[in-house]
Amino acid sequence: MKKEKVSIQEHELVPKHEIMEAEEIRELLDKYKIKKEQLPKIKLSDPVIKEIKADVGDVVKIRRQSRTAGKALFYRLVIE
Amino acid sequence: MRTKRIKGIKFGLLSPKEIRKMSASKIITADTYGEDGFPIEMGLVNQRIGVIDPGLRCKTCGGRMGECPGHFGHIELAAPVIHIGYAKLIYRMLSVTCRECGMVLLEDAYFLFSVSDTELEHDLKREIISEKWHKEFGDNGFTLSTNASITKEKNDEWAITDKELFIIRKEEGKLNVYDAGEKGRFLNDIELGKGKQPGVGEAVKRMFKEAAKHTVCSHCGDHLFDLAADARLVNILNKGEDVISKELRRKFATEGHGLSKNPSIKKETDNKWLITDKDKRYIVKKGNGKLTVDCGTPQRVIKFDKPSTYIEIDEKERKRRLMPSDVRERLEKIPDEDIALFGMSPKSARPEWMILTVLPVPPVTARPSITLESGQRSEDDLTHKLVDIIRINHRFMDNRAAGAPQLIIEDLWELLQYHVSTYLDNEIAGIPPARHRSGRPLKTMTQRLKGKEGRFRGSLSGKRVNFSARTVISPAPDIDIDEVGVPEEIAKELTVNVNVTERNIDLLKETVRRGNEHPGANYVRRADGKKVKITETNYETLAEELGIGWKVERHLRDRDIVLFNRQPSLHRMSIMAHYVRVMPGKTFRLNPTVCPPYNADYDGDEMNLHVLQSEEARAEAKILMAVQHNIISPRFGRPIIGGIHDHVSSLFLLTYEEKKFDREETLEILKGIEIDDLREPAGTFRSKVSGLGFEDRPYWTGKQIFSMILPAGLNLQFQGKVGGVTIRDGNLETGVIDEIAVGSFKGKIIDRIVRQYGEEAAKKFINDLARLATNYILRAGFSFGISDEDIPRAGEQQIREETMREAEHKVDELIRAYEAEELEALPGRTVEETLELRIMETLGRARDEAGSIAERYLGIENAGVLMAKSGARGSLLNLTQMAACVGQQSVRGERIKRGYRGRTLPHFKPADRSAKAHGFVRPSFKEGLSPTEYFFHAVGGREALVDTAVRTSQSGYFQRRLINALLDLEVKDDETVRETRDTIVQFKYGEDSVDPSACEYGKVVDIDEIIKDVMAGTGTGA
Repeated sequence: MKKEKVSIQEHELVPKHEIMEAEEIRELLDKYKIKKEQLPKIKLSDPVIKEIKADVGDVVKIRRQSRTAGKALFYRLVIE
Repeated sequence: MRTKRIKGIKFGLLSPKEIRKMSASKIITADTYGEDGFPIEMGLVNQRIGVIDPGLRCKTCGGRMGECPGHFGHIELAAPVIHIGYAKLIYRMLSVTCRECGMVLLEDAYFLFSVSDTELEHDLKREIISEKWHKEFGDNGFTLSTNASITKEKNDEWAITDKELFIIRKEEGKLNVYDAGEKGRFLNDIELGKGKQPGVGEAVKRMFKEAAKHTVCSHCGDHLFDLAADARLVNILNKGEDVISKELRRKFATEGHGLSKNPSIKKETDNKWLITDKDKRYIVKKGNGKLTVDCGTPQRVIKFDKPSTYIEIDEKERKRRLMPSDVRERLEKIPDEDIALFGMSPKSARPEWMILTVLPVPPVTARPSITLESGQRSEDDLTHKLVDIIRINHRFMDNRAAGAPQLIIEDLWELLQYHVSTYLDNEIAGIPPARHRSGRPLKTMTQRLKGKEGRFRGSLSGKRVNFSARTVISPAPDIDIDEVGVPEEIAKELTVNVNVTERNIDLLKETVRRGNEHPGANYVRRADGKKVKITETNYETLAEELGIGWKVERHLRDRDIVLFNRQPSLHRMSIMAHYVRVMPGKTFRLNPTVCPPYNADYDGDEMNLHVLQSEEARAEAKILMAVQHNIISPRFGRPIIGGIHDHVSSLFLLTYEEKKFDREETLEILKGIEIDDLREPAGTFRSKVSGLGFEDRPYWTGKQIFSMILPAGLNLQFQGKVGGVTIRDGNLETGVIDEIAVGSFKGKIIDRIVRQYGEEAAKKFINDLARLATNYILRAGFSFGISDEDIPRAGEQQIREETMREAEHKVDELIRAYEAEELEALPGRTVEETLELRIMETLGRARDEAGSIAERYLGIENAGVLMAKSGARGSLLNLTQMAACVGQQSVRGERIKRGYRGRTLPHFKPADRSAKAHGFVRPSFKEGLSPTEYFFHAVGGREALVDTAVRTSQSGYFQRRLINALLDLEVKDDETVRETRDTIVQFKYGEDSVDPSACEYGKVVDIDEIIKDVMAGTGTGA
């Protein structure tokens, strides 16, 4: 059988990850008055990060379904 | 006070030099006190190493007992011994260092290529990897990635870190590029690992693993032969591995050292080459116009014979014991530069210091002796052990001086090792613990530090606390929920410190005058700080003398605030602030409604009480920890305090149907509850008055009585356990009060009162509820006994002859079908599993049916049913088991099938699959169980017991770890959750910023409730 590459992003249990623009990141950091290093982290080896081809230093925006709030936003800094 | 910042912590080994330097006295005598009763000079209890006798002065610092902290002494050991704590590390070091030269068995850096270019050098100096360098590496067959980084190591030496580690040295005007080799790489890894995770430890571990693979030293060796150093040969050597020429091969072969197909040649320096061929190593050195060829020193296998013996096995499998002195010599040979490979610093920890030649003797203050009543001295365990060491040390020296045979010396050496080892750790596997004369194992160094009662967990992290008390708890439904009954005996022991001021001086004088009578005092502290005990003889004078600026340690009194706690303290409600109520008796009394937060009951539970000593602490306790602040649990946002057991039964009974109470009865039920006026009676009944005729007497209903403790204006509607409950304007109009209304963990009414009327009102409601319920149930009477499980003969017969017989039939039929192979398997199951499942199902249904038959005969007037239906205690299943049928016993969710081969018990035939042979208990508990049924029930019960035991310990530990991990997370003003370094953990607390304890059922607003409220018209608003 031929192996087909499946996109894990399409799975319902995987929240949507996207790489943020520099401008967006700046706004985010200003909003919380933090430095980039104070963001939660995600490993470069994370399957989703591999798939969206984010690099070390990128910040990803994660949209999740939340049990308490319906929808929730989360941000993570990609690290090695 | 000057504040200081800790910059770092250094760990190291004590060197013999250092031990001698810090020693105040050499110890040579094993005795302690002389015949004159004074400590012996140079003895173990020596006046230079600390004083423990009153009146004597320390000869080192001149301090008296209590002033002199004690000083270390030392014992010169007759022969070196292994420090048992480092035995494993010593073994590992021996295994990875050369037995000849002491260097770690790793290969050095080796030469790759060389360049000479000023531009390249310039790049190095600026610490950048230029294009030119990339090209240079490429030309020589090495690739540098874009991630490569460069650092300056020292003058004229740089390191390039990529996947490989390169070292560039400027030598004789040229830039020589080296591969860092194994040693260089590990040194680099260790350096990089500092202060990181997994860090140095991990790198060192890898180093040990790698170095142990080498069986031949690449640094030193025995001379094999010489070769003429002609330029051609040197050139061949320089070219390296790929082109090992015929010529070199031939030269080696003539000398009797044939080389295999592809040996590797590494140039380490201009004058040294390393040829590795299978498990052989040749070290070629140039000098004096010739090439000397050495063979790398072959290493021998070292065996570690626990706990402290090392054996070297040579090529011919001969064994030789390495004595501690041999080991020490080897470790001494390890060069300083190689120490870093062990993750250690040669300045603070040379490996040979792990072998003891001098033993530090702790000061006497660290091992004080105690004088027994008989006047005899009893020395500390450590002193005993030191005595042993000194004795053996002497014997060793005497024997050696007398020229005793080697065998005897070795035995004594072994004995010395034993004593020093047990002095350090008396619980070493493989050696018998040193014992006291009485047979008790001695408590030596390690034992002092280790474990729950050890120095760390027992004395530093945890200490005993003053101003606290502990005793058994018992119930007192008539005291408030935020009170605690304290026995007078305890109240007289626990004290509160009060400053004497103008305003309280008269009161305190009165207190002191009472002396040790209860609301009195134990001590006064004069203005000059002197503490005076109040006794029967001096209390009057003290009361007279008492002046402003004094302090009084007065007894605990009513309304003092204290902390009350029950272990395990799993959540914040495990410690709450209560107000004292001094009572007769010997137990702490607490209102049963506060049992759930503490998870307490009265079967012998003990609780702790702490008296607060400062005004700040009292204020904090009152504002943050008072019981009423903890009615709503932050865990699930509902009241955790509420009616339990009989409270629920009682209020259920009171409000069930329409019970009528005349004035007297009503007042009696409401006894102890602050109510200003009785509400309008519900009606009147006509009753006979002594012979004269009739009189109309007012009556109140149970629902009305309950309504009297509800706050005015309360509107609430909810679904209770038996139908809807409506409360309008503080009146219970319809419905019955049950667990959902007032119970702990549920308590809808309590929940609403807290939110609408506040914690004070809720506290009052719970107080009233407890009193009302207790009063009524005392009046009404409530009991449950064996006769309450009686069901009429007809019912019993129906169960036995219809339900059970039918079920057994069905089971037999299933078994028959299975044996005839007619049974059809359920999807995903084997036929056998299907049979089991269907039998379980059939029998389960049979029990339920039996239960409902029994239920038909047991109405709400039955106490058991009432308790189950109101939610006070127990379930209908419990009743079913008592009155109708106990049902299937199970182990791991299956019918019981363990026991003998093919059967559970010898009472059955092998392969019997019937219900009764696999743990189905047909009768009810009341009817009684047969021996086999009883046994099966015990089997099932045991599983439940084991499960709870295992679960509590496991979940307890799991929770502990979770708490430790989340301990210092904080919700900040911007609603983010951050840890101590201000790193964000959650961008919005709980993703919705909702505190469940401050909201209705976890929602920001409860729209349904608001609508209901508005519709009701009274509109107090939530």
